[in-house]
Amino acid sequence: MICKKLGALLLLGLFSFSGTAFAADDTIKVGILHSLSGTMAISETTLKDVMLMLIEEQNKKGGLLGKKLEAVVVDPASDWPLFAERARELLTQRKVAAVFGCWTSVSRKSVLPVFEGENGLLFYPVQYEGEESSRNVIYTGAAPNQQAIPAVDYLINDLGVKRFVLAGTDYVFPRTANKIIEAYLIGKGVDRNDIMINYTPFGYSDWQSIIAEVKKFGAAGKKTAIISTINGDANVPFYKELANQGIASSAIPVIAFSVGEEELSGIDTKPLVGHLAAWNYFMSVDKPINAEFIKKWLAYIKDPKRVTNDPMEAHYIGFNLWVKAVEKAGSAKVDDVLKAIVGLSVPNLTGGTATLLPNHHLTKPVLIGEIQADGQFQVVWETPKEVAGDAWSDYLPESKDLEADWTDPVNCGNYNTRSKQCGGAKK
Amino acid sequence: MFNCRRAILCICLLIFLPLRAYAAAELTLAPETLESLKSARVTDRNRAIEDLGRILSENASTLLQALRDGALYVDKEDDSLIILEADGQKAADAVSGTALPAPDKSRLRKVGTSNSQREAITGFLSGRLLRHPDADTRLRALENLLERSQTDKNLLLSLLRDEKDPRIRQRLEGSLALLSARDPASSPAELLRAVEILRDEASPKTRQVLEELQKGRDPAVAAAADKALYTLRVTADRVSMLETLFFGLSLGSILVLTSIGLAVTFGVMGVINMAHGELVMLGAYTVWGMQQLLPGRPGLALLLSVPAAFLVSGSTGALLERCVIRHLYGRPLETLLATFGVSLILQQAVRTLISPMNRAVESPEFMSGMLHITGNFSLTCNRIYVICFCLGVFILIYAIMHKTRLGLEVRAVTQNRPIARSLGVNASAVDSMTFALGSGVAGMAGAALSQLTNVGPNLGQGYIVDSFLVVVFGGVGNLWGTLCGGLILGLVNKILEPVSGAMLAKIILLAGVILFMQAKPKGLFPERGRAAEN
Amino acid sequence: MQSEQPERLFAPSTLIFSAGITLASAAVIFCALLPTGSPLHMGGYMVSLLGKYLCFALLALSIDLIWGYLGILSLGHGAFFGLGGYAMGMYLMREIGSRGMYGNPLLPDFMVFLNWKELPWYWLGSDSFPFICLLILILPGLAAFLFAWPAFRSRVSGVYLSIITQAMTYALMLAFFRNEMGFGGNNGLTDFKSLLGFPLQSEGMGAALFAASALALLLAFLLCRLIVVSRLGRVFIAVRDAESRARFIGYRVEYVKLAAFVFSALLAGVAGALYVPQVGIINPGVFAPLFSVEMVVCVALGGRGRLYGAILGALAVSFAKTWFTTALPDVWLFFLGALFVLVTLFLPGGLAGLPDQIQEAARKKSVPSAAPLSA
Repeated sequence: MICKKLGALLLLGLFSFSGTAFAADDTIKVGILHSLSGTMAISETTLKDVMLMLIEEQNKKGGLLGKKLEAVVVDPASDWPLFAERARELLTQRKVAAVFGCWTSVSRKSVLPVFEGENGLLFYPVQYEGEESSRNVIYTGAAPNQQAIPAVDYLINDLGVKRFVLAGTDYVFPRTANKIIEAYLIGKGVDRNDIMINYTPFGYSDWQSIIAEVKKFGAAGKKTAIISTINGDANVPFYKELANQGIASSAIPVIAFSVGEEELSGIDTKPLVGHLAAWNYFMSVDKPINAEFIKKWLAYIKDPKRVTNDPMEAHYIGFNLWVKAVEKAGSAKVDDVLKAIVGLSVPNLTGGTATLLPNHHLTKPVLIGEIQADGQFQVVWETPKEVAGDAWSDYLPESKDLEADWTDPVNCGNYNTRSKQCGGAKK
Repeated sequence: MFNCRRAILCICLLIFLPLRAYAAAELTLAPETLESLKSARVTDRNRAIEDLGRILSENASTLLQALRDGALYVDKEDDSLIILEADGQKAADAVSGTALPAPDKSRLRKVGTSNSQREAITGFLSGRLLRHPDADTRLRALENLLERSQTDKNLLLSLLRDEKDPRIRQRLEGSLALLSARDPASSPAELLRAVEILRDEASPKTRQVLEELQKGRDPAVAAAADKALYTLRVTADRVSMLETLFFGLSLGSILVLTSIGLAVTFGVMGVINMAHGELVMLGAYTVWGMQQLLPGRPGLALLLSVPAAFLVSGSTGALLERCVIRHLYGRPLETLLATFGVSLILQQAVRTLISPMNRAVESPEFMSGMLHITGNFSLTCNRIYVICFCLGVFILIYAIMHKTRLGLEVRAVTQNRPIARSLGVNASAVDSMTFALGSGVAGMAGAALSQLTNVGPNLGQGYIVDSFLVVVFGGVGNLWGTLCGGLILGLVNKILEPVSGAMLAKIILLAGVILFMQAKPKGLFPERGRAAEN
Repeated sequence: MQSEQPERLFAPSTLIFSAGITLASAAVIFCALLPTGSPLHMGGYMVSLLGKYLCFALLALSIDLIWGYLGILSLGHGAFFGLGGYAMGMYLMREIGSRGMYGNPLLPDFMVFLNWKELPWYWLGSDSFPFICLLILILPGLAAFLFAWPAFRSRVSGVYLSIITQAMTYALMLAFFRNEMGFGGNNGLTDFKSLLGFPLQSEGMGAALFAASALALLLAFLLCRLIVVSRLGRVFIAVRDAESRARFIGYRVEYVKLAAFVFSALLAGVAGALYVPQVGIINPGVFAPLFSVEMVVCVALGGRGRLYGAILGALAVSFAKTWFTTALPDVWLFFLGALFVLVTLFLPGGLAGLPDQIQEAARKKSVPSAAPLSA
């Protein structure tokens, strides 16, 4: 009989759990939705720490609107449905004013209906595939035109590359990036036979056959480069195999979109030296504002060996934008903040400014860096000025007529400039 | 940005100039050149490198070499250029070459280079090294030159005249043959000779040239080219077959390595150890820890890590057996539940105590590079080591299980516990030993994996499903089954991969195993006898 | 275990348990339907969270039916859950219609994106709800039949069967990860708007889905109960405890196993179909072997071979996960892991076995006996 009582107790516990939601009015709550366990913890834990640092710092300055900021950390455990569940909890139970979080594309897709349904505000800090613009999301990472296109230009114009291997993990970001790159390359007169596309599963570790194939592809007498959208854990075996099969970075350079300082700090960089990466920020950028940020970060995390990377800068920009918008609106309510935030500018860490565009994307500089033996990047090329993020790619037939504009006359995430109509994502 | 074509032009110019570099009087480096070398802007440094490339002095070469190898620094205080030896102890003034006391690192700023810059420097330097006294250096310089530009026939001929080293001669003859095969003015006899030489060189460039000759006017040359192409194609097919075989074996040996520990704990003891992957992970972290203890000696650290990983994972396994599994004998399926909990704890422990991020494990020199077997067939060294290591571990385990007293007792306890006990076997000690052995082997597998993949908290998760599959496919309780099972799965995977792509290959393989189990419900090598009935 | 004497369908434990589920669910629905201002009002978050728990409970129940009563340990039940979920997801995807990003009335967004010009054949009919309901049953059932029929006929059993079920779900996971499959690859199916024309985000919808899940769980529980107390249930136990003997007596063991396996897969499929609209996404993650193992762990934790034990276990683990990931985001895996280890060590019968264990201990105390408690 006791077990039934236990069951009843359990259910009772559930109810009491629902009752824990009460919002204190003397603080403004900021949600942090990053995986602290599971496969994505490798990348996302750092972002949680950055957010905690930024919030602490803001509180030292006296908080916001005279109230203290309060961080609410939850762990969605790299589990996509759990992301939606935690997001809803942050919005409805904890009543947070804004959420900073998500990394993978699928986690963003998973929480998107929740943020739209509950009218929340998400700052998404990672470079992504584009083809999306939500009223409730501020995309502080790069859109494809802020990473892929400049990188390809660099390969063609500066390295004289004629043959391209597009290697990626099989999910939506590489698929989109490669589609855009392929369209762009063909537009530039590259022959279809000079493009090799290869997709591998997540965490793929046995690259022998694929690298052997790339080697053959690259031995045709034309300068070849690999454009890599390989994700996370698959990278180390990939670069190791490249080096082991004797492919030097000078012979076939790899330009990666997902390898940053954080990833490099966890691997033996020897086989990677001389390969490239395209980002909007590098830790090695020699600017006072960056030096100050790095100093603060190292002091906060109490480990002089830690590094900073692009998504961290994105959170830095996103948080400052939000603070500025809240101050301008005089309120932390989502609708007021959204009205105030478009058009605001804050300094980025590379010495320029980041302006929030009406399509909820930022202006960002594009930097190409070469990997050094110490795990840092040396900038070898950069765009003369910031590039405006484009939510809908101009190189894809189905989205070239679409625009996103969240300011007043249009107010639409996928406005068709030809038919003058707003698609499904209207608010 | 840097203009490659101009660099190539320079190299060619250099080569036409009589190679006086070694005898030349010291030419002074222009101060502007040095200034632009120190500049933070890439374009400035490009110009400096081009200027330096034109100066044929010894110290310009040293400067370029240091720049390429990342040994050139700027002293932030007096703005002078300094060359620092790799160990950071010896330093020299970059312009005058006078030795300096080892400077304080914080004063120095490294002069960075980009890929294209390093390439250009190598080009400049190789032009000067074509007649270097050391044969290896000459060969390397020649390779660099051939890779980079349209070569001049006269230069190659003049080099060939003076060359004694057979390797370099072969290389020179090959490229000369290529040139004459492409030259429309060549006579049929010359072409035939070129085809003769090219037949043994299987580079894509030669294939292209031969294909052109095949379509040529002279029937004799066309026939010879046709024959040569055929030989090349046959060799290429054979090479790619051997390559696939090697890839398959090396993938298979990784599967065997990760599952052989499981074959002991699961196969022999019947414990469904979901924490097996985490024991593998601990082994990989041991390598990392050892490398932290022995900085700068990754090779030694790796060798020491193999027994250390065995000890770390083995003692963790023993602890696990003592505290948890011991209490669950007779309830094998419940070991699944408990060890699943243990695996969660171990993963999170690594995240909390070490770091949620991957750790950098260095590969020692001997593990990288390739072993050249014939001209175009070469094997990667680390894979060869892994295959050998796997066989070694297998032989070790097999010997323990079949040639030692412990192995005898283990088999006795597995087959009939009460009778073994009544014969004086301390069954509970045997259980501990067996479990520790299986776990220790998992740790050794982890040490090997640290050379191939990421060392991070998720390392084990990636291998657990495959490991169980291999053990079951081979036949539970049979070490030979695990070896054959792992190798077969690896081979089939690699044979399928080029045809179907990586993802589909794995799916087909899994479906194949499921179907195979219908035909042989107890795996490749089913256990016979009474014990199999349970 | 409970096989010694014939059991009544409504044994006291069953009666109390089903009454408990009914009352608790009714209370939840009542609270959910209260106006927003009321102190007892339960928000959409809580309702869909509890609904999700119930779906996991149904999945755990389906595992317990074959594991607890037939001894078939499936480490791949997530596959059937996922298939049911994907069937439902297809319907929800089609419901979006022209409200998608690209506004294509026929094709879901991800297909427009992959340049697909028309709907693949296996998506045909997915806009009809009755057809999808049928599919939710047929798809997992058929998959289970195709997988299990040859396996049971060739007498694959024990760990061999467990591992190949794991291989099956792993293969399905890789297959669904492929974008060419036409199920959205890693992103899966998401961005659902409505079900049967009612918006998914509304509170009424949440309550309705919760009610459906509760009803499904209750019915499934009673149905399973009906099976295990029937003659068939006794054959189940005979097969579990002595398969060869059961075969020699004349039972076609493979038919018995097949029937149970397929039925269990149907339940899992229904659970998946109810799960998807409540969490708003289905992606290949449900096919991950780890998810299936976790569900098996739920059953073991609750106490296998008792049906209500599986339900309790799933509820307890899900609740622990929710609570830990919020309250102790940095160290929660320690607690969850320790929970699994401790329960196995000290509660051999799981949570549901706790009362028996206590009674046993009390009896031992009053009648001191020499025989040690066998572990």
